[in-house]
Amino acid sequence: MTEILNALALFSNFVLVPAIAYGSQLALGALGVTLVFGILRFSNFAHGDTMAFGTMLVILVTWWFQSLGLSLGPLPTALLALPFGIAGCAAFVLLSDRLVYKYYRKKKADPIIYLIASVGVMFVTNGVVRFIIGPDDQNFADGERFIIKARDFKTMTGLSEGISIKVSQGLTVVTMIIVVAALFWFLNKTRTGKSMRAYSDNEDLALLSGINPDKVVAVTWILAAALATIAGTLYGLDKSFKPFTYFQLLLPIFASAIVGGLGNPLGAIAGAFVIAFSEIMITYAYKRFAGYILPEDWVSGGLLQLLSTDYKFAVSFIILLLVLLFRPTGIFKGTGV
Amino acid sequence: MISGAKNVFLFAIMAALVVFVGQYQSWNLSLSILNLCLISAIMSLGVNIQWGYAGLFNVGIMGFAAMGGLAAMLISVSPVPEAWAAGGVGVIIGLFILIATVLAAMFSYRKMAKSPMRTFLIVLISVIGYFILRSVVDPATGAIEKVNPASTGYLGGLGLPIILAWPVGGLFAGAVAWVVGKITLGLRTDYLAIATLGISEIIVAVLKHEDWLTRGVKNVTGLPRPVPYEIELQKSEWFLSLSQRFNADPVTFSSIFVKLCYAGLFTVVLLIVLWLSEKALRSPWGRMMRAIRDNEVSANAMGKDIKARHLQVFVLGSIVVGIAGAMLTTLDGQLTPSTYQPLRFTFLIWVMVIVGGSGNNWGAVLGGFVIWFFWIEAEPLGLWFMDVITSGMAEDSSLKAHLIESAAHMRLMTMGLILLLTLRFSPRGLIPEKVGRH
Amino acid sequence: MSYLIGENMTGGYGGADILHDCTIAAEKGEIAVIVGPNGAGKSTAMKAVFGMLNIHTGRVMLDGEDITKLSPQDRVAKGMAFVPQTSNVFPSMSVEENLEMGAFLRRDDIFKTMDQVYELFPILKEKRRQNAGELSGGQRQQVAVGRALMTQPKLLMLDEPTAGVSPIVMDELFDRIIEVARTGISILMVEQNARQALNIADKGYVLVQGRNRYTDTGEALMNDPEVRKSFLGG
Repeated sequence: MTEILNALALFSNFVLVPAIAYGSQLALGALGVTLVFGILRFSNFAHGDTMAFGTMLVILVTWWFQSLGLSLGPLPTALLALPFGIAGCAAFVLLSDRLVYKYYRKKKADPIIYLIASVGVMFVTNGVVRFIIGPDDQNFADGERFIIKARDFKTMTGLSEGISIKVSQGLTVVTMIIVVAALFWFLNKTRTGKSMRAYSDNEDLALLSGINPDKVVAVTWILAAALATIAGTLYGLDKSFKPFTYFQLLLPIFASAIVGGLGNPLGAIAGAFVIAFSEIMITYAYKRFAGYILPEDWVSGGLLQLLSTDYKFAVSFIILLLVLLFRPTGIFKGTGV
Repeated sequence: MISGAKNVFLFAIMAALVVFVGQYQSWNLSLSILNLCLISAIMSLGVNIQWGYAGLFNVGIMGFAAMGGLAAMLISVSPVPEAWAAGGVGVIIGLFILIATVLAAMFSYRKMAKSPMRTFLIVLISVIGYFILRSVVDPATGAIEKVNPASTGYLGGLGLPIILAWPVGGLFAGAVAWVVGKITLGLRTDYLAIATLGISEIIVAVLKHEDWLTRGVKNVTGLPRPVPYEIELQKSEWFLSLSQRFNADPVTFSSIFVKLCYAGLFTVVLLIVLWLSEKALRSPWGRMMRAIRDNEVSANAMGKDIKARHLQVFVLGSIVVGIAGAMLTTLDGQLTPSTYQPLRFTFLIWVMVIVGGSGNNWGAVLGGFVIWFFWIEAEPLGLWFMDVITSGMAEDSSLKAHLIESAAHMRLMTMGLILLLTLRFSPRGLIPEKVGRH
Repeated sequence: MSYLIGENMTGGYGGADILHDCTIAAEKGEIAVIVGPNGAGKSTAMKAVFGMLNIHTGRVMLDGEDITKLSPQDRVAKGMAFVPQTSNVFPSMSVEENLEMGAFLRRDDIFKTMDQVYELFPILKEKRRQNAGELSGGQRQQVAVGRALMTQPKLLMLDEPTAGVSPIVMDELFDRIIEVARTGISILMVEQNARQALNIADKGYVLVQGRNRYTDTGEALMNDPEVRKSFLGG
C-alpha cells in the first residue's frame, strides 16, 4: 500500500504538479494567441516576444521595488509590479498595432501579410528586449519559495517520497483560474466582450450593428498584452526569464491553440493542458515510479523514459501534426480550417 | 535577362560595396562576405520559389539548411570502423524497424476507412514500433557513443567528396519538406508556418542531442574541403610563383585564393539554380503556379490540383535551401549544431526575400547580397553609431557601457525595421515581380 | 414624397456600372418589393440604397434628408436596418445575444423591443439560449430579421429573406413581414420568389439589367399580362 502511495506521491511531484503549472502558463499564452486570431484573424508570431517584453517590464519594476524595499512578504514582489508591466506592454502592443497592423487592416490585406508583419514586429520586440535587459537568464523571484517542502511532506505522511509545491506553482494556478474566470465573464457578460465575440463571429454584420471595430481591436490587443505579461511573468517566476526561451514557447503555445481549435478560448485552455501533460508525461523517466509499483525483477536498466527532455518540443509538434491530420478544426471547433 | 537599367545599377552598387570593403577593410573580409552572400542568395532563391511562386510561408528554413549541413558531414567524413563494429548493426536494424513501422501505419491508413478504429490502430502501431525501435537502438547508440568519445563517439560518414553532399543535402531537405507538406498543405497557410517552425526546432534538437550521429554539441570539425588547403598552397611551386607575379604575401594570398575557389564554386551553383528558377517561372508550370497563387478559387474551379502543386513547389524550394545549407557547412568546414539559430537562418532569409522582391528571382538574389552585407557590416556600423551617441557621456558611465555592450542587439531591431518598412512602403521589393505577363 | 427614395441611381462596384438610372422608393408602413431575373441588379439596387456601393449619379433621400454620402453604419443610426442574404447571424452567439448585438447602439431599455421580437417570432423565445448557428435555416432568418428589428428601425431592408427555406416557412416569414409593416415600419425587400412577394407587396419594382422595367402596385403587376408572361412564368 505504501508502495502505491509512494508511487503516487512521486508521480504528483514530478508530473502532476509541474504539468498543472506549465499547462496554466501555456493556457494564458494560448488564450492571447487565440484571441488575436479570433478578432484580427492572423497567427501572431510576435506573441512569444510580447510575453518577453511584458515580463521584462515586470522584472525592471520588480528590481526597482526591491531597491525601495517594497515587498509582498511571502509572495513574490513581481505580483506588485505586474500591473505596471501589463500597462507598459499594452501601450507597446497598441503602438505596434497603430504603426504596423492598422495599415493592413485598412487595406484588408491577406492574413499571410499580417503574419509576415508580425514576424517583423517579433524581430523588433526581440531586439528591444535584448537591448534593454540582455539575452541572458534573469532571476527575479523572491519571497517564500515553497508552499509545501518535500521534507515536510515526508515527515507529515511518513512516506519516503515527498511532494513539494513551489509558491510560483501555486500562484500560477490560482492566477490562471482568476484570469480565465475574469476573461470569460468579460467575454460573455459585458457589452464590450459580447461585441468582441460578435466581431469575431461575423465582422460585416458586427459593423452593420454599429460595433466600433477600432475599439474591438484595441481591447483585443490590451487583453492579449495582459495575458502575455501574466503568462510570461508566471513562467519566469516558475522557471527563469530568458528572451530566447520565450521565443521557443511559441511552438507549444501555438500547438495548444490549434489543438483546442484556433479562435476558441475554451479550446485554448484544454489544448494547453493536453500539451503540457503530454510533454511532461512523455519526457518523464519512470524508473523510480516503476520501482514502486512493479515487482523488483521486472524493472530492468534504463530510465524508462519515452523521450529525452531534449525533445520536449517534439511532443507538442507531434500532437500538433496528429490533430492537423485527423481533426484540423481542433478538439473544440475553432474558426480556422 | 534583367530588365531595366535600375536593376543593373542595383547590382553594380552591390559589387561596388564588396570592392569598397575589399579596398578599405580587407580583401579577406570582403571575400568572406561575398561567399556568404552567394549562399544567402541561393537560400533566398529557395524561399522565393515557395513564397514568390506559390505564396507558401515557410518558417523552418533553419531546419532545411541544417539537413543540408547534416548531409555535408555524413557524406564527407570518414567512417569510424570501431563505432560501426560496436553498434552499426543495431542502428541498421533500427532503421529497418522504423521503415517497417511507417509502412505498416501507412498501410492501415490507406486500406481502412476513416474511423476511430483506424486512428487507434495507427497510434498503436506507432507506439509499438517506437518501443521496439528504442529497445534495439538505445544499446547500439550507447555503445557507439562510448567509442573514444573525445575524438569520435559517432558512426562517422561515408568518406566521399564533400561536393556530393550538396545534392544529397537537397534530397534530405526535400524529404523532410515532403512529409511536412503532405500533412499541412491544403489547410490554412498559418498551419504550414507553425508546422515548419516546429520541424526546424526538432531537426536542430536532433542534431544537437544525437551524439552517435552528429557528435552533438561536441561538433564535427575538419570536414574535408572541395578546394585546396592554404598550407599546401604555400608549399607548392606554382602557387608561390603566382603570388610573386601578383607581388602578394603568399600567406594572405593563399587564404584569398581559397576563398576565390569557393566563390567560383558557389557562383556556378547560384547560376545553375537561378537559370533553372527563371526557366521554371517562365514555363507553363510557372504560369500555373502564379495563377494558383493569385486566385486559388478560380484555379480550383479550373480543376487544378492545388495541394499537389503546392507540395511540389514546397519540396523544390526546400531542396534549394538544403543545397545551400550543405554549401554553408562545406564553407565552414565543420558541423556545429548550436549555430543553427532561427533568427539568423530563418528570419534573416525572409528579410532577404521580402526586401529583394518576392516573386522575382533576381530580386531574391539581390536581397541575399544586400541583407547579408548589411548584417555583417551592421556590427561595426552599430558600434560606431553607439560610440558617437555615447561620446558625450562620462567614460565610466554605466549607461554608456550598457549601450555599447548592447550594440550587437541593434542588428535584430534594424532587420525587423527593414522588414516592416519594406512590407509597408515598398511591398514589391527592390526588384519587383513583373506582372501582366502571365 | 416617399419616406425613402433612391433616385436615378447609377453606379457599380468600381468596374462597369451595374445600375442605370434606377429609382426605388418605399412608403411609410408599406412593403416595396424588387423582383427581376437573375443578374438584374436587384441586390445591387438595395445595397446602393444602403450605401454599400458607390453611386456616381443620383441620390438617396430618407425622410426628406439627403443621405447619399453617409456610410452604412451612419445609415443604421438614421433608422435603416439591413438583413443580408447570407451570414446574417452571429453563429456562435445565443439567439438572445444576437438580438442584443442588434441593439448595440441603443442606450435605452432594449428588453421591450426584445419582447416584441419574441412576440413576433415565438420560436426564438423558446430557443433564446441556443446558439444561432445551431438553428434551422428558417429560424436563422427569423433571428436575422429580429436582430435588425432591435435597432428600432423605421425602414427594414431584406435581401432575399426566403432564399433556401421551405415553402411553408416562406409563407410564415411573409406573414411576419406584413405584421412588421403594420407597426409602421417601411419594408424594402429583394425577392427571388416574385409571385409570392408581389402578392404581399404594396409597390413592386421589376428590374432588368439594372434599369426599371415595370413599376406599379403589387396587384397591378400581378395582373399585367406582360409581367406575368416574362417574369412570373405565365
